[in-house]
Amino acid sequence: MAAQIFSAIFVIIIGVGGCVAYFWGANKALDTIFPARGVSGKAAINNLRRQGVIRPWLFVGPAMIILTIYLIYPVVETLRLSFLDRGGAHFVGLANYQWAFGDREFRNSILNNIIWLAVVPAACTFLGLIIAVLTDKIWWGTIAKSLIFLPLAISFVGASVIWKFIYEYRGDGQTQIGLLNAIIQYFGGQPQVWISLPFWNNFFLMVILIWIQTGFAMVILSSALRGIPEETLEAAVIDGANPFQIFWKIMVPQIWGTIAVVWTTITILVLKVFDIVLTMTNGQWNSQVLANLMFDWMFRGGGDFGRGATIAIIIMIAVIPIMVWNIRQANKETEGH
Amino acid sequence: MAASTGKSFVSRFGVHIAVFIFVAIWTIPTLGILVSSLRDKDQIIASGWWNSFTSSSQTEAGRLPPASAQVEKDGKFVLQGNIFGDGPARNISAFGVKSAAPTQYPAGTTADLGDGVTLQVNADGSFVMTSPKAFESERGQRVYYASSAPPKFTTDNYDTVLFSEGIGRSFMNSLTVTIPATVIPILIAAFAAYALAWMRFPGRALLIAVIIGLLVVPLQMSLIPLLKLYNGVGSFFGVPSKTYLGIWLAHTGFGLPFAIYLLRSYIAGLPREIMESARIDGASDFEIFVKIVLPLSFPVLASFAIFQFLWVWNDLLVAMVFLGTEGDQIVLTAKLNALLGSRGGDWEILTTSAFVTIIVPLIVFFSLQRYFVRGLLAGSVKGG
Repeated sequence: MAAQIFSAIFVIIIGVGGCVAYFWGANKALDTIFPARGVSGKAAINNLRRQGVIRPWLFVGPAMIILTIYLIYPVVETLRLSFLDRGGAHFVGLANYQWAFGDREFRNSILNNIIWLAVVPAACTFLGLIIAVLTDKIWWGTIAKSLIFLPLAISFVGASVIWKFIYEYRGDGQTQIGLLNAIIQYFGGQPQVWISLPFWNNFFLMVILIWIQTGFAMVILSSALRGIPEETLEAAVIDGANPFQIFWKIMVPQIWGTIAVVWTTITILVLKVFDIVLTMTNGQWNSQVLANLMFDWMFRGGGDFGRGATIAIIIMIAVIPIMVWNIRQANKETEGH
Repeated sequence: MAASTGKSFVSRFGVHIAVFIFVAIWTIPTLGILVSSLRDKDQIIASGWWNSFTSSSQTEAGRLPPASAQVEKDGKFVLQGNIFGDGPARNISAFGVKSAAPTQYPAGTTADLGDGVTLQVNADGSFVMTSPKAFESERGQRVYYASSAPPKFTTDNYDTVLFSEGIGRSFMNSLTVTIPATVIPILIAAFAAYALAWMRFPGRALLIAVIIGLLVVPLQMSLIPLLKLYNGVGSFFGVPSKTYLGIWLAHTGFGLPFAIYLLRSYIAGLPREIMESARIDGASDFEIFVKIVLPLSFPVLASFAIFQFLWVWNDLLVAMVFLGTEGDQIVLTAKLNALLGSRGGDWEILTTSAFVTIIVPLIVFFSLQRYFVRGLLAGSVKGG
């Protein structure tokens, strides 16, 4: 143990130190090669100008290199691989895509992903909004929010264990140690193996993500609600609007932009959902989703990179509209400045 | 919300009740594994964790002594003793002699076993079995009984998972992955963010657009090419393809777009006058960055650090692809996933391991929640 702690500290110092050394060293080198101090007049101005041209690239250089290797090149390469066979040696045209849409498991994944996309962002946003509105009205709202927010810090694997324990099944008549079956049994119902119930098991997995992400929606929406001018709400009250009208006709339209941001953020997360399905069912009992299917094909039978890449591309295609929308929004913001 | 603006006591009360129900639903699952992780492992399977403060009952089986222990008394043959022997006493609520009906007779009553044979088992475990004829069997009578044990809490489970299940080691591995994978992107992103906010160079606007686009690129797009690249580099240089350096860089790459996006928008909002007066005083960009921008950006650096820390600590996918599954590399999430397969029904192991994996994020989260929320609000376009 001690040796491992020592080696851990050692590698941490090497990793972080190397990074610091680059930035410090590169700038030092630039100052030494083109000195701006200690030389006179024209030379100093020239060197300053040269520094001004080079230094931005010293600053953004590492980021650009890493982004290129880890994100830009892979996007291109994944697209290319999706047209190649399992080892990536032979061009197979659209065969991987043809396989995908003919494959029962793939179609099941697409269907499940659509259900996830329809349910999870809506549920998180709706619950988050309700909790945000309710907690704003009570004195212990901050504590309540903290507690509801807390699952956001828990890993998907940890959350899966937590919920697997809740869904735990013992035969009928035995003492149930899973909370859900215990409640069902208490009210005279029949205990179930929740995560292997065809179709409905999807919803039991979705509950986990909703449990995690509602806090996120709540925090963002809560801050947006605070941004609604007090006068608007007061005016509505004076005009005799009832609380439902105030909520639907005044509050919701005012924070529409924020709702869209929350919704899209959770949508992207849902498209990538992997850990929950892997740990709860690993795609059995018709609960497969795209991200887990892709992981499966990366390693199944030594790995089929062509099919894995194809599934990744399909996830990417689903994300592109959101990406375009994001860039547009960002451009609008910069123009506004 | 209908109730929230209402003035009546009932509707205000309704809000409290509603929020209380939400809070209960959101905290009880976590409470369940915390309580279970502290329970005795036999009790975890004997009763639900919500009953852990009351005595747990379980059905057990035992054997009475063989015929050789009998004594003759008043013309009857008697076997006497205590079911628990010298073991710890528990409380028996019912007993039986058939496995199909293990709790047929309440404790303290006398059961008629036929042919004049009677058996009485008392709550403290003492029993009396009588028969008009001598007992002959060398195998004692089988007895089933429901016993209850007082609540028992222990930290044994933590000892087990930390030191013999390998969770302690994985904990160190997770730290080894997480700390550099949090610090390195901060450094790289902070420099890039400053350049993108305050330095003039060709292609700057394009670079910003690219970074915003990359914010939402799914991780899945990168996995296969990077796996191939790592394997290629590994075999070309004859080094292992699964290394800590590899996963640091991978996490750095995946975290950079968000880091640059978040830091740039903050750094761009710093007052121009400070930078300009420093420049007039002869400070170079490097000096301005280190001495002025970095200290002023502390809140946003903290926000990102928390994000990245939680994201890396909680990550399973990247660790499964880029790190090995042996003891010296497996991180907590991957270990927990492996335990779910190998120790599927051992809830004392699973709940305790799960709690060990979530305790660090929970501490970070509670102590630095302010920065976390700020980061969340500033950067909520990121997909996670």
